[in-house]
Amino acid sequence: MFPTPIERTRRSWQITYQTLLPLALILWLLPLIAVAIFSVKPDADFANANYWGWPSSFEGFTNYGLVFTGSDMPQYLLNSFKITIPTVIGAVALSCMTGFALGIYKFRANIWIFFMFVAGNFVPFQILMVPVRDLTLQLGLYNTITGLVLFHIAFQTGFCTLFMRNFIRALPFELIEAARVEGVAEWRIFWFVVLPLMKPAIAALSVLIFTFIWNDYFWAIVLTQGVESQPVTAGITSFNAQYRAAYHLMSAGSIVAALPPVAMFFMMQKHFIAGLTLGAVK
Amino acid sequence: MAYTTDGHQTSWWHRNQQQLTPWLFLAPGNLFFLFYVIFPIFQSFNLSLYEWDGLGEAEFVGLYNYEELYWDDAFYTSLKNNVIWLVLYLAAIPAGLFIALFLNQTVTGIRLYKSLFFFPFVISQVVVGLVFTWFYDPTFGILNVLLGSLGLPPINVLGDENWVTIGIIVAGLWPQTAYCMILYLTGLNAVDPEQIEAGRLDGAKGWRMLWYIIIPQLRPATFIAFVVTIIGALRSFDLISIMTNGGPFGASRVLSFYMFEVALSEYGFRMGYGAAIAVVLFLIMLMFIAYFLWSMYKEEKAR
Repeated sequence: MFPTPIERTRRSWQITYQTLLPLALILWLLPLIAVAIFSVKPDADFANANYWGWPSSFEGFTNYGLVFTGSDMPQYLLNSFKITIPTVIGAVALSCMTGFALGIYKFRANIWIFFMFVAGNFVPFQILMVPVRDLTLQLGLYNTITGLVLFHIAFQTGFCTLFMRNFIRALPFELIEAARVEGVAEWRIFWFVVLPLMKPAIAALSVLIFTFIWNDYFWAIVLTQGVESQPVTAGITSFNAQYRAAYHLMSAGSIVAALPPVAMFFMMQKHFIAGLTLGAVK
Repeated sequence: MAYTTDGHQTSWWHRNQQQLTPWLFLAPGNLFFLFYVIFPIFQSFNLSLYEWDGLGEAEFVGLYNYEELYWDDAFYTSLKNNVIWLVLYLAAIPAGLFIALFLNQTVTGIRLYKSLFFFPFVISQVVVGLVFTWFYDPTFGILNVLLGSLGLPPINVLGDENWVTIGIIVAGLWPQTAYCMILYLTGLNAVDPEQIEAGRLDGAKGWRMLWYIIIPQLRPATFIAFVVTIIGALRSFDLISIMTNGGPFGASRVLSFYMFEVALSEYGFRMGYGAAIAVVLFLIMLMFIAYFLWSMYKEEKAR
């Protein structure tokens, strides 16, 4: 193990390390801690310029209550779920199929199709803005959740295919050969042999895509406008316009907007990290 | 389908199913991807030769949009900022490695520490942008409180043309460093302990150990960290939009933001001009994409 395990070092360094660890964490998360404290402060603290002091009273319930009752936040949150969940299902379903096709079969175009997905996934997606917006307008899907979901599914399929294909490549190929010898139809091999083995990859991708899509801001402002279809990342800006300079409410709103992917991360941590670091080790 | 009822066709299907199955499985994903990602790339190229407001008739203007770009100061500011982003954003890689080395221990509670250090990456960039805007705020921001306690004059980071891009990049480095950290933590887990022991016997310690034994073994993690950091730098948009909206006086624009501005904001709907900027951004990225694909291709061949 590198660096030298702490229990094999000098006593003085052990103590230093144990004190350094929490200090470093507090420093690292300082901006977030500040926002969390902001979000439970009363209005008066900001009027009295008590920005960084201790809250003069605990107003967490009032502030967070107001986020849910005094603004469009609940609608934005609902929209975010309505955008994120179908995208996760769609992109994972499509990429299970593409990943299967590219991971199992040997044919000449295989690597080129694979590279098409990879290259498309690397593109700075802003360059697609004008044509995709136009396409969505022509389909009559501008400013709809459907329009946003369709694009997200298509774009995420690139990354998901890369992921699924590499995962399937690592499966024991003998299983498929054995099934073929038995005369099992190809689609049944997919459904009954490969798909059950892909569960960890599906779990990892689902949490990753959930986070990516929930946090998307660019496409939300390009393809939608207004409360009826915008997700919470875009909604937070109108929320902030509504409560300009009300830092305690803006902080509470930000925390509410950030919470679902954070909860997802802590619940599914193992899968999340497995997904993110695929390929980081040989 | 027809071939399930017709005996002749069934056998045809049976003979060819291994050739046809991959294409059937690829069809939906491919169609989606072609329609929404691949074709639009080419459409952007085409559109960059037109003057178009997004509603009326598009007018063919040849390379006029590119000529205009050539004389456009705002374009050069954006391009320069993109280069600054690319260079400074790479700091996330050594920073991530440093934190990963710091956290690669087995003391109690270290798992929780690792997750909490990773936290910034899970949060939306919109929220990161807001948080850092307050952090930099000239009247109450904690940055100036700290500077003041050191006896230094306050800086209005986001209002100063010389500081604004660096200020935004620092905000971006926060989640990006967390990402690189997690890549390296996974990489460090897989480092061969025997090589470390062998290195220790040979008297390698500290920096020499890190440089000659650990970092070479972390190559796959470094490659991925490099890829995601480059892409992240070229995609930077959210933070700029939230923190400064391109200001002050356009000093913090990057190409992707400037393109959005000319094509879709109150400054006008110049789709063709926006597409021309998109093409430039794409060509920059193409150099990297070509390199990434080439590396992956070599690896595929080696298998």
